[in-house]
Amino acid sequence: MALLTVKNIGISFGGLRAVDKFSVEIEKNELYGLIGPNGAGKTTVFNMLTGVYKPSDGSIMIDGVDITGKSNIEVNQTGIARTFQNIRLFKEQTVLDNVKIGLHNHYKYSTIDGVFRTPKYKKVEREMDERAMELLKVFDLQDEAEVLSANLPYGKQRKLEIARALATEPKLLLLDEPAAGMNPKETGELMQTIRFLRDEFDMTILLIEHDMKLVSGICERLTVLNFGEVLAAGSTSDVLNNPEVIKAYIGE
Amino acid sequence: MKNKKLKNKITTFLIVIAAYAIVEILLLTGNMSSLLQGLLVPLCTYSLCAVGLNLCVGYLGELSLGHAGFMCIGAFTGAFFSVTTADVIQSDTVRFLLALVIGTACAALFGFLIAIPVLRLNGDYLAIVTLAFGEIIKNVINVLYVGKDSQGWHVSINSQAELGLEPGGVTYINGAQGITGTPHSSNFTIGVILVLIALFVVYNLTDSRTGRAIMSIRDNQIAAESVGINVKKYKLLGFTVSTAIAGTAGVLYAHNLSTLTALPKNFGYNMSIMILVFVVLGGIGNFRGSVIAACILTLLPELLRGLSDYRMLIYAVVLIAMMLFNWAPDAIFFREQIVAKFKKGGREV
Repeated sequence: MALLTVKNIGISFGGLRAVDKFSVEIEKNELYGLIGPNGAGKTTVFNMLTGVYKPSDGSIMIDGVDITGKSNIEVNQTGIARTFQNIRLFKEQTVLDNVKIGLHNHYKYSTIDGVFRTPKYKKVEREMDERAMELLKVFDLQDEAEVLSANLPYGKQRKLEIARALATEPKLLLLDEPAAGMNPKETGELMQTIRFLRDEFDMTILLIEHDMKLVSGICERLTVLNFGEVLAAGSTSDVLNNPEVIKAYIGE
Repeated sequence: MKNKKLKNKITTFLIVIAAYAIVEILLLTGNMSSLLQGLLVPLCTYSLCAVGLNLCVGYLGELSLGHAGFMCIGAFTGAFFSVTTADVIQSDTVRFLLALVIGTACAALFGFLIAIPVLRLNGDYLAIVTLAFGEIIKNVINVLYVGKDSQGWHVSINSQAELGLEPGGVTYINGAQGITGTPHSSNFTIGVILVLIALFVVYNLTDSRTGRAIMSIRDNQIAAESVGINVKKYKLLGFTVSTAIAGTAGVLYAHNLSTLTALPKNFGYNMSIMILVFVVLGGIGNFRGSVIAACILTLLPELLRGLSDYRMLIYAVVLIAMMLFNWAPDAIFFREQIVAKFKKGGREV
């Protein structure tokens, strides 16, 4: 059975049908792309998948659990983590603490333990530090662990957001334009990192991206959205050679 | 960073303890005027309040203008307990400690209950609603009459006569005249200990899993939700701890006076704003700054008393100067340079 099964979800804002009858099935360990022109509804789909918006119809299942209409907190705890198109880090906290907040629900001690610095606090904090550093190493951020996250360069902020999302131990990772604002070299590194995540962390990844080099380079299957509706779906090469897709998105 | 936080914490504790030692020496050698002596407990009270509010403003990121109200709850429940149990519990110290626990717990309870609806708002809206709650608390206490006779407890919100007490009955809370006869249990030593305990709690709380969750909400609520942080729970927790500390301050305040009344002067919104001034001038998110600002700004009007007419003028200038010193980019740069110079000098030695 597919890891993520989305059936006919849709949502309206006022009179505008932002997304209509969107369906997708993503297998475990797959790298799936969601592309389309600006305003096609890609981020709205992400917001519905993560519980920020409640779809007015349709259903979303992750790993056999129905998460339709659940809050974004519950959705994360069920196994979907995401990054944002406009970066949303905890700016006033260090890089390390950002990742440790991601670990919040997996490494626990009570508030009382925290105030009185019990042995449990020390043990769990040490484990958190170790785990967080492991994650930072994946993104080559280990040297900036004590830097305020707001002071990181742009490309590294994007990486940190992915590290934070991974810290919540998701089954499915949603990346909203991970390469936006990156130069070709950074994009190349990012492609390697995403592949690494899939292979080493056994991760399933759904990403929105405009950079065709990245999309054609790493995505195995694609869905194309246009005006809130699915224009095409299938293997990357088929979709990118589809005349309708070329007309709507890539340009003739 | 871990070491930096620890260093920061220890420095603050040392400053408070050093200040305590200096004051004690001055007291022993008789070098302190009675005016200053009278200010010692209020200094601790306002420091506590400022530390509590700083947790709410600096770490939870929510502006509360009702902290004087929570202080008021702590003061009245604590004093009420002390007065009513005067016959039952002989030891003044035990009674005061219990009053501290009860006042703190009551302020926390009210903080929790008020936070449930209030924390659905944010920003300016939250500030206005907490302001209103603070005023409501003060006004309710001003019309509250509680007495006791052989029949048991009597409560009224109209007049003392309506209590209908038998001859020999005692009125404990007498409306606008408040509570009289609270024992004088507060002193500077207890005040400083309470400030140290409050600092211990807030420093450790903010540097823990709970504190990180609270700060993540301040920094970006949507992102906090997206990594599975229970936003409601941590907002409530942060706010409740903050109000509890204000409640402790209230108990300390109440046991420093023989007559406790809820006036606009001590528990009105002026006081809430005053506490906020301590927090902002001391540095939002900086507990040590809150304590220092509370002390300076409480002492200043008294120290400048000799200048009569110019007193408030100088006070205003000091407010502006402190603001610049703490927040202006040039001043921050200047301070960092000085600190760097000291460090360099230290290494050469």
